[in-house]
Amino acid sequence: MRFAFSDDQQLLQGAVREFLRKECTPEVVRALWADARGHAPGLWAQLAELGVLGALVPEAQGGMGLDERDLVLLLEEVGRAALPGPVAACAAVAAPLVRELGGATAERWLAALGAGRAIAVVGHPANPFVTDAHLADLLLLARGPELHAVERAAVRLVHQPASDPGRRLHGVEWEPGAGTRVASGAEAERLLAAAFDRGALAAAAQALGAADRMLELAVAYASQREQFGRPIGSFQAVQHQLADAKVRVEYARPVVYKAAWAVATGAASRPVDVSHAKLAAGEAAALAARRSLQAHGAIGYTWEQDLHLWMRRAWSLALEWGDPPLHLARVSDFVLADGAPIGPGRTFEGGS
Amino acid sequence: MELVYTPAQQAFRAEARAWLEANVPPAPLGSFDTAEGAAEHRAWEKRLHAGGWAMVPWPVEYGGRGADLLEWLIFEEEYYRAGAPKRINQNGIFLLGPTIMEFGTPEQKARFLPRIASSEDVWAQGWSEPNAGSDMAAIQASARRDGDHYVLRGQKTWASRGAFADWLFGMFRTDPASERHKGLSFLLVPLDTPGVTVRPIAQLDGETGFAEVFFDDARVPVANRLAGEGEGWKVAMATAGFERGLMLRSPARFQSTARRLVELCRANPATASEALREEVVRCWMDAEAYTLETYRTVSRLLAGGKIGFEASLNKIFWSELDVRMHETALRLLGHRADLLPEAPAAAGVGDWLDGYLFSLSGPIYAGTNEIQRNLIAERILGLPRSG
Ligand SMILES: Cc1cc2nc3c(=O)[nH]c(=O)nc-3n(C[C@H](O)[C@H](O)[C@H](O)COP(=O)(O)OP(=O)(O)OC[C@H]3O[C@@H](n4cnc5c(N)ncnc54)[C@H](O)[C@@H]3O)c2cc1C
Repeated sequence: MRFAFSDDQQLLQGAVREFLRKECTPEVVRALWADARGHAPGLWAQLAELGVLGALVPEAQGGMGLDERDLVLLLEEVGRAALPGPVAACAAVAAPLVRELGGATAERWLAALGAGRAIAVVGHPANPFVTDAHLADLLLLARGPELHAVERAAVRLVHQPASDPGRRLHGVEWEPGAGTRVASGAEAERLLAAAFDRGALAAAAQALGAADRMLELAVAYASQREQFGRPIGSFQAVQHQLADAKVRVEYARPVVYKAAWAVATGAASRPVDVSHAKLAAGEAAALAARRSLQAHGAIGYTWEQDLHLWMRRAWSLALEWGDPPLHLARVSDFVLADGAPIGPGRTFEGGS
Repeated sequence: MELVYTPAQQAFRAEARAWLEANVPPAPLGSFDTAEGAAEHRAWEKRLHAGGWAMVPWPVEYGGRGADLLEWLIFEEEYYRAGAPKRINQNGIFLLGPTIMEFGTPEQKARFLPRIASSEDVWAQGWSEPNAGSDMAAIQASARRDGDHYVLRGQKTWASRGAFADWLFGMFRTDPASERHKGLSFLLVPLDTPGVTVRPIAQLDGETGFAEVFFDDARVPVANRLAGEGEGWKVAMATAGFERGLMLRSPARFQSTARRLVELCRANPATASEALREEVVRCWMDAEAYTLETYRTVSRLLAGGKIGFEASLNKIFWSELDVRMHETALRLLGHRADLLPEAPAAAGVGDWLDGYLFSLSGPIYAGTNEIQRNLIAERILGLPRSG
């Protein structure tokens, strides 16, 4: 039993944080918002170079051969930077799905995805609109109890502008055929369930990073903005609001990390852990957003101020891969069931 | 990150479970805020100690088991799972003990720790004074040096278990010219010392859970001082850190309350509205989050880390969770929420009311939550100092 990250894991996180701090500044994010495609091929290539895109791709296919315990820290950084584009969708959800599919699909796409030469996204019933579908070379789409692999030329996209311009939502229309079907029946269900949990975990991790960043912005602003002859951050009313948000963020953190462990190891507790993480991180980010906005006063309510880069991200993350009621229902079904294995000693499998 | 127990940890759990199954009293003990209940609890502590389970993470030479903190967590899980009695000597075992290990001389360790482990000495904590609550540096109780003794004058108040304790630890002003944090010393005082008067105070639940203590030229040997003269503040801050942090409120306690809450919810479908069921599930989630964060802290401590100001995050989280869980339980109970445990119609649920009353003190003791928020804002977030 060891609930801690290794030095290597933290080093990689530090490298990605440093990279995004320099290369994904708020100016860059805004420029991508204004860009027709919202994509920066240079940034994408460098993320591949750093190993982010190929984190879950096996070494044999040129990837890093890591698992979600490593990736969760990198996704936190993606959230901290409000990085536009389908990094999480591709690296955390599509790539491992292609890996699990194996066969011709994996042969054709896996190495390219890890190396950043191709982009894939997953269209799951939990997400009525597919984020960044316009950038994808490959779309893995669910239809009933089947999973299809479709190239972009074969789909029609309808852009659905939404609150976060760094993530473009699309309605996707397409015709399934025997040639596109890559899995069906129980196999497809299993793959889609795993994709759902990976997507929800990725959203939770990004929300955690966004929450951190919003609190950081609030602290920086409140330390410098003066009213009544003092920095506003020295007023208890402001201090306590931010302290409360900090408590929620720090207690969402271990929940997200445990979910990463559950996904990586295929633990039986995976669905509950993931839903708990999605709720805890989503609510922490929502609270951080509200409290940070309040600390900023009217300037926080402007388009020019950077805060809303993360607020928008937090709102959209809360809704993708299952909205809060859906995840709450998953946890409730577990906790309130007859003879639920809950209570002291039941937190980890192997307790009993 | 390896979130599975080793075979040795599993064996440890099995051993603890077997012992507890064979030894935990079948009926609940009386409240340790009554004379009778206190005696029953001392007897239980003796049995726990004889079994070798009184102080799991302490060195064997001080009456412990020499286990690591992960094993301690596992033991706590089994302890609460078994429904074992609350620990009457919390102040001694969880707060003073670790403080003596950090600051005590070898003589003091040998003299005090084994008697703490066995709860032969039950301890009271003497920080608060009538004019020094949140502002602990305002304490006035004095200790004047007279040869190899200190002569104590003044008053402490709100000392939990003070009415039934044997000893008190606390800060006294040893330098009469000093102010605020300086000139304070940390002294260990036998409560039967001539010149010490203990006056029990009834709490919200009507029982004498705490006491005020008067010092009227009470003489205490200089050998009862922990760390140097004038170093009391530093020592007290360490003790307060233990109180907010790891030891006092182990996660199993909240997990077992959350579990009882879930059972209560399932047993009362008529009152369990959608909103209440949701709150029950949220309480369970927060008890799990608290557990996970504690495992993370323990992993960090085992790797050589220390607990710092994050103890303040901890304190807010567990105290507010405790209140929420009990409020939710009372809402599930409907009109029965009003009944004391002895009311015939309470049918075994009256202890939720007791628990609720106690939970209300959580945001007050161990440093109020407002003070913890000040610390989080300034020491963790780095906001400018207030005032
Ligand atoms: C059940 C229980 C057990 C206790 N056990 C012990 C014990 O064993 N030993 C012991 O020494 N003490 C004990 N205490 C006392 C406890 O430590 C004090 O009550 C606590 O430190 C607060 O002090 P106070 O009661 O004087 O309140 P005050 O300090 O007068 O505070 C009153 C209110 O004002 C707020 N406030 C004060 N200062 C500030 C500030 N700077 N910023 C914002 N808000 C502020 C407080 O948060 C609180 O809400 C116990 C208390 C309880 C309820």
